[in-house]
Amino acid sequence: MPGPDKRCTEDEVVAELSSGMTIGIGGWGSRRKPMSLIRAILRSDLTDLTIVSYGGPDVGLLCRSGKARKVISGFVSLDSIPLEPHYQAARQNGSIQAAEWDEGMLLLGLQAAAWRVPFLPTRAGLGSDVMKNMADLRTVTSPYATVLPGQNDGGEFEELLAVPALELDAALVHQNAADVSGNSVWLGEDPFMDDLFVRAAQRSYVSTERILPTTELAGLGDIAHLKISRMDVTGVIEAPHGAHFTECLPDYSRDEAFQKRYAATAKSDEAWDEFRAEFLDIDEAGYQAKVKELQV
Amino acid sequence: MSDVSTPTPSSTAVTRADICAVAIAEAFRGDGERLCNPIGNLPLIGGRLAAATFEPYLALTDGFYTLMDPQSPDEVPPIALPEAERVAQRTVAHWNPYREMFGLLWQGKRHVMMGATQIDQYGNQNIAAIGDWTQPRRQLLGFRGAPGNTINHTTSYWVPNHSPRVFVPAVDVVCGIGYDRAHALGPIASRFHEVRRVVSNLAVFDFEARDAEGVPTMRLRSLHPGVTLEEVLEATGCDVVIPDDLGESRGPTDQELAQINRLDPRGLRLNEVPEP
Repeated sequence: MPGPDKRCTEDEVVAELSSGMTIGIGGWGSRRKPMSLIRAILRSDLTDLTIVSYGGPDVGLLCRSGKARKVISGFVSLDSIPLEPHYQAARQNGSIQAAEWDEGMLLLGLQAAAWRVPFLPTRAGLGSDVMKNMADLRTVTSPYATVLPGQNDGGEFEELLAVPALELDAALVHQNAADVSGNSVWLGEDPFMDDLFVRAAQRSYVSTERILPTTELAGLGDIAHLKISRMDVTGVIEAPHGAHFTECLPDYSRDEAFQKRYAATAKSDEAWDEFRAEFLDIDEAGYQAKVKELQV
Repeated sequence: MSDVSTPTPSSTAVTRADICAVAIAEAFRGDGERLCNPIGNLPLIGGRLAAATFEPYLALTDGFYTLMDPQSPDEVPPIALPEAERVAQRTVAHWNPYREMFGLLWQGKRHVMMGATQIDQYGNQNIAAIGDWTQPRRQLLGFRGAPGNTINHTTSYWVPNHSPRVFVPAVDVVCGIGYDRAHALGPIASRFHEVRRVVSNLAVFDFEARDAEGVPTMRLRSLHPGVTLEEVLEATGCDVVIPDDLGESRGPTDQELAQINRLDPRGLRLNEVPEP
């Protein structure tokens, strides 16, 4: 039987969120970010958010707009511009709290939440300043002895980093296609961690380039691309070009010119105010129209 | 496999950048069937040079989501290709999205060469921030994958701008862990840790010296041709052991030089390491 119709708008999603929530954002750097949902958050009165992300302009915008209180990330980068300038500024002026984890740790934290276990063990992070600076991280001692090859001493109980589950109040991801109930298809070459984000969250929202009948999803790629099930989805938002200005392959590449323009807004308050008035203090349709004008 | 000590050097003009490419390639010698994962232009040239010459079974990344097996040395793709060309010239052998890369590196069959904003005599590396991490004077890349890389598999570093600001007595933030940190973790936790080589625009370093407690520490391995020991010592702000038999970094063979020029037809390596 067809699943329920979960179509909604960006603003309806934001109405279901509240200040202080922990929100996970899919994609990777400046790739396949649910930017139309981020823009809706920027227009809202939400505040004090904890953001979990392989961060790109999503994190930069939320920091610059005073929406983020804390950012838990594996990195924050615009890819073609290695340092996200607004995140960099927020770190340097101390306006946010940061938890900077090893990239792989973030995957494990999301996986732990998705599997409903309190932590997952890893060697990644041991001995580094991740442990020193993120003082809430703990280690765990293996109950099984590790015996080194060639040794016959009964072994030792290895100490590993216990990556805590990243339990999310909400997850926001962008997919190339979905049906009305949230079965979703990623295209391109990397699913990123979107499927883990939606499973790690109480409520998950998929924005998508196009909403299609369920019968058409499997034909878009092979079945390995049907990575998100409607069971893990709360709402579906049809958002063509919704990942702009990040890339959403194969539908579109990153808008490098626009990204440069965005990055340059870190230079002064005036530059930011101007960008904000022109592109962010308007609704999504207005934004997309503006962007189209620029591309002519 | 031991170093080939005296390959016939090319008689053609060789640049400092070519020397660096060969020194980087040498860092991957003996790796066999392992993922060669250099990051940055000159590391990519060097890693691909190794694959196209003396280390043919290395696995290579396309820089994104696949591992590629070029079917002959001349099919090892040049660096910095336009996107369509990059995709056209890769022979995809394996799908390797980010989550699989973590799986691969936690398993250990990988040798990464990363950059380092700061590095110390034990091979601790910083790419995260300058100053106190809590509110840094300058926020950099964050930890990225450096902690997980260094404790799980072989790591080398590339420093294009050798100076006392890079080679420091103690890094501000330990991202990639060095031998002192590994030693403190003990033999079980650190059993996969290896910092093999640091290649700079002036010289090559390894960690084949030992401090008073037996912990591996940075040793000068070779000077690039035309570089003096004094020059390196002046540019190095951390302790470094100078061996009695200090050698010179070798130049490329004719075959290697041809591959370097093919892998970097636009000469991007010269932007990174200009001629002195």
